[in-house]
Amino acid sequence: MSAESDAALIVSLFAVDPGALGGVCLRSPVHPARDQWLQALRASLPEGMPLRKVPSGIPDGRLLGGLDLVATLKANRPIAERGVLAEAHGGVVIVTMAERLTVQTAARLNAVLDAGEVVTAREGVTISHPARLGLVLLDEGEEEERAPVSLLDRLAFLLDLGAFSMHALLTPEHEAADLEAARARLPNVEIPDQVLQALCATAIALGAGSPRVTLLAARVARVAAALDGRLEVGEEDAVLAGRLVLAPRATIAPAQSAEPPAEPAPQPESPPEPPADPPPESTPPPEPADQPPAEPPENSESDREEKPPQLDPEILADVILAAAQAAIPAGLLARIRSDAVQRAAARAGSAGRTGALRKSGARGRPSGIGTGPPQGSARLNLIETLRAAAPWQRLRGRVGGDARVRVRPDDFRITRYQQRAQTLTIFAVDASGSSALNRLAEAKGAVELLLADCYVRRDQVAVIAFRGKGADLLLPPTRSLVRAKRSLAGLPGGGGTPLAAAIDAAGALAALSQRRGETPTIIFLTDGRANVARDGSPGRERGQANALQAARILAAARVATLFVDTSPRPSELARELAASMRAQYLALPFANARSLSAIVKAATAS
Amino acid sequence: MTMLPRPVFPFSAIVAQDEMKLAMVCSAIDPSIGGVLVFGDRGTGKSTAVRALAALLPPMHAVVGCRYGCDPAAREALCEECQTRAKSETLKDRLVPVPVVDMPLGVTEDRVVGALDLERALSQGVKAFEPGLLARANRGFLYIDEVNLLEDHLVDLLIDVAASGENVVEREGLSVRHPARFVLIGSGNPEEGELRPQLLDRFGLSVEVKTPTELRSRIEVIKRRDEFERDKPAFVAKWKKQDDALRRKIVAGRKRLAEIVLPDEVLEQAAKLCMQLGTDGLRAELTLIRAARSLASYEQAESVDVAHLRRVAPPALRHRLRRDPLDESGSTVRVERAIAEVLGEAEVLNG
Repeated sequence: MSAESDAALIVSLFAVDPGALGGVCLRSPVHPARDQWLQALRASLPEGMPLRKVPSGIPDGRLLGGLDLVATLKANRPIAERGVLAEAHGGVVIVTMAERLTVQTAARLNAVLDAGEVVTAREGVTISHPARLGLVLLDEGEEEERAPVSLLDRLAFLLDLGAFSMHALLTPEHEAADLEAARARLPNVEIPDQVLQALCATAIALGAGSPRVTLLAARVARVAAALDGRLEVGEEDAVLAGRLVLAPRATIAPAQSAEPPAEPAPQPESPPEPPADPPPESTPPPEPADQPPAEPPENSESDREEKPPQLDPEILADVILAAAQAAIPAGLLARIRSDAVQRAAARAGSAGRTGALRKSGARGRPSGIGTGPPQGSARLNLIETLRAAAPWQRLRGRVGGDARVRVRPDDFRITRYQQRAQTLTIFAVDASGSSALNRLAEAKGAVELLLADCYVRRDQVAVIAFRGKGADLLLPPTRSLVRAKRSLAGLPGGGGTPLAAAIDAAGALAALSQRRGETPTIIFLTDGRANVARDGSPGRERGQANALQAARILAAARVATLFVDTSPRPSELARELAASMRAQYLALPFANARSLSAIVKAATAS
Repeated sequence: MTMLPRPVFPFSAIVAQDEMKLAMVCSAIDPSIGGVLVFGDRGTGKSTAVRALAALLPPMHAVVGCRYGCDPAAREALCEECQTRAKSETLKDRLVPVPVVDMPLGVTEDRVVGALDLERALSQGVKAFEPGLLARANRGFLYIDEVNLLEDHLVDLLIDVAASGENVVEREGLSVRHPARFVLIGSGNPEEGELRPQLLDRFGLSVEVKTPTELRSRIEVIKRRDEFERDKPAFVAKWKKQDDALRRKIVAGRKRLAEIVLPDEVLEQAAKLCMQLGTDGLRAELTLIRAARSLASYEQAESVDVAHLRRVAPPALRHRLRRDPLDESGSTVRVERAIAEVLGEAEVLNG
């Protein structure tokens, strides 16, 4: 089964019932394969089915609907305008640059996907419209930038086209007539309990997402059966669903997957054990023995269960699991092993949101009313505008019988928003040598104190740890204390001091943050004694030279930087390094969490 | 806003999540507990549970024609209009469903607090007040999904109204005040952002939900959801008996609530527990006792005992602990530790 044919198959499956399958996340840069895929989708959707394209930064008024100002003033009564989501009812919405979606916009999309209707309560209008639709997210994110996880959780397919050849050909094997027949068949397709059980077992074994994802896998299996002309979901459909829906969300390496019940704990507890023993009896007996107290009066499933004897859920689960494991992308597995993937995925929400939040000036806290035309992102405040116009009506020649309100440009009032520039504090913590553990613990404490203090201010914190051969982004930018606690739990210390790599990493993160319109501050916690070069090779001399070089590059970026020298005896070396990165130098041999957070607060406040 | 009566997933059919269900039931029996915050993993049916609860609530008496759904029996809580009318006539009442108002995402402030009735202002030039979501939620529930993503100015507004039980509107030349007593229900995923402490404090109970990792309950979740989606009316009908029984228990629990005996010993233990945990103010203790009484009433006990206290202590207290970022253990663990210290180990008590 090639990746191309899978991508083509996803077009057909999705086109049968976009609303039921939630959607597809197409991850790739602009790419011929992506264009082909979208073209194939257009060709596969039935005639007349709405297909709308929206940018990820779409304002609420357009997305959800609101007051139609022109029509309202014309008609002299409030006239609502439908948003894009309501217009796309029964069809598909394509979201461009989905990696830039804010969690807020994602939450609105989530609500619509869940409820099948869009509820608008904005600016004098309260209305609800049906909106059953499927989403196509065009995610052009690089590295860890991706669409918000909460939204991905509601889409059946995560498709990565990035690795496709420029000449890849996506040829859907289903004709319009096949799809039409499948649509007619779908409501009558049955899914045996054994298949549901097997899908659940597979999802748990792979650590694949929330129950919602398993449900999507079941729906995909059903659509696959319908597409194949059958009225009952069979083994092949379940295998397909496992491969297409569950595999791309695997968070547990196959080596570990033998023991389903223990796995999905969110915290990485211990390093994966070698697959010494064969899978134990991981799947319980088919009959649901331990049901919660409230049970339906009669169990109508029991007689159905005996019908297809060829489907043993245990064996089926193994088959699906094997197929799914084979389909897990190689790169994904490598990342799973380093267990950084969970953090990366969890980070997505915060990564995408900050920039967009800054960008749209029409958000934040309303802080009064201004005058002027509603241009750009300024939002017209209709009520205030009408109020401004009201006293002049008679003067402007409005007579008794004339129902129209006369509004002139002078009357326009806009709502002013005030938004604090978001700050990102990047801790680069030296985890090398013997004092590593202590330093890390204090840095962690400082991060948590800062977060606990400043969630009202919406500031973010990130932690980079460096030791051995390189620097790791231990805690991606976040303001969630929960996530910080989780990510910072347990990091081994010791090894060399790759200071150059650390300075590079901190600089790159700061640059990314600046591009999003945030104000980054970097805090280095180290003794400044570099002994690992950029390329990871040991050696004090080259290590130092590389570090100084990296420091000068950082200085050019003009990021506010604080260099905390944590060595027992402050060294000239550290001072020199701090000077070349134009950092504020601070000798603090016994840095503890509270003093650190106090210093950072002082440094970022200025 | 008119909500189409859509079939909702039955409350009794929700698999596991016992603490969440219990917290919601307790809150429905005694609204003065002050609402429930449900925080947890994605896809654990947080919103489903809230909507299911709405379908469970028995109808209430309301004044005919009152925009705020005033209770004819509660004289002191009547809105201004009803007060005026009550002087000259007897207020007629009728049975209406308890409002469960959903706060849509992207809602603007005028829709929440109420505003100038635009239609009448534009077409007739009349200055009239059009009530908002807070008015509709009076005497019912206000549900905010993704409560941690709520915009700051709306949070401020809610904190204020939730505390005073009254919505004061001073805008667009209008000056209106009306009762807005509601039970706040919020849900969200803590990974997407924290909640302001002031808002956190407005919730009586707070529960944490996790994805069921146990295979059998996971299968049951998927099976029931699948069954529901394929034929909603049939699924609702199948669970009607259980839901009806639960509704009767809630009604009975409400009636009995005032008669539940509250022994001094239990009060003392509750106070000790709060002291041990260093929770601020009286609100924690009050919530703890109310929740325990509500649970006792629900379970048809005659008096509150320490076992009730033990069960409601985690949801009543875990969000009120003073934050100590340097303490590794989560708040649930801290509450449990305090329970063990103050109330003793569970085995001893049950024996």
